Amino acid sequence: MDAIDRNIINSLQGGFPICDSPYRVVAEQLGIEEADLLQRLERMLELKQLSRFGPMYHAERLGGGLSLCAMKLPEADFERVVEQVNAHPEVAHNYAREHQLNMWFVLATETPERIESLLIEIEEETGYHVYNMPKQEEFYVGLKFDL
Amino acid sequence: MELTEQDYQLVAAIQGGLPLVEHPYAEVGEQIGLTESEVISRIDEMKQSGIIKRLGVIVRHHELGYVANAMVVWNIPDEKLDFIGRQLGLQPCITLCYERPRRLPEWPYNLFSMVHGTSQDGVIQRISAMIDDLGLQGIDYQVLFSGRRFKQRGARYQ
Repeated sequence: MDAIDRNIINSLQGGFPICDSPYRVVAEQLGIEEADLLQRLERMLELKQLSRFGPMYHAERLGGGLSLCAMKLPEADFERVVEQVNAHPEVAHNYAREHQLNMWFVLATETPERIESLLIEIEEETGYHVYNMPKQEEFYVGLKFDL
Repeated sequence: MELTEQDYQLVAAIQGGLPLVEHPYAEVGEQIGLTESEVISRIDEMKQSGIIKRLGVIVRHHELGYVANAMVVWNIPDEKLDFIGRQLGLQPCITLCYERPRRLPEWPYNLFSMVHGTSQDGVIQRISAMIDDLGLQGIDYQVLFSGRRFKQRGARYQ
């Protein structure tokens, strides 16, 4: 990854033009060729430096459900439960964290009601309680990284 | 903004990413039977109304060197939550800041924030500096660094 790649990422985390030749607009702003920009984006996606190039949706405004959930798991059952939880396509991401509550995952469902029933399914499959912590107020969402 | 059946098709068509071609919106339109200008105006409207929070690159922060990813959780007295939540949200090192419910007795924390950095030490230093700057010394908090990542992808819509 070179300085041009970093410029591309820094600039495209802020937004992407919605017009007929958006890549050309971005390339001009960055002072590179459109073909070069497209090639670099393709490569960074292939190398998985970029997770996606596209929209980040507001789940609730799309009519969906979204929640952060945690579980308290003994080490011996950890792997089994990770597999059971991740088998659900509604699990958007899942991290181990250092705490009594040691597994944290995000559920994104097509309807708000589905969160509740999915939690019950996960509890029944795994035998462990799920702590459900849906967002109540949003103070800031930036999630941008300077490179 | 009311979403039509066609909007949901558009949502699904671009959720995996925009095509890397000169006229990406035209290509998306071809897939779902819309013209380029229809796609552009619908995406623009979804952006304006906040259904699309952001359009652009979503990085895999871990792969880009942001390997220390801390969820910093705070037990804030209810009457101060709004004020402190807003203040925390303004800090440059905070990438997300939400109120979530406490789950007593195991979980007394009601304010969740994320701090990403290139090292755990660096992240801890920034958190300490922030506590000093905002006068949060009396507030109970915890830093939960992430361990293994088992899954990372966006939400999927049909």
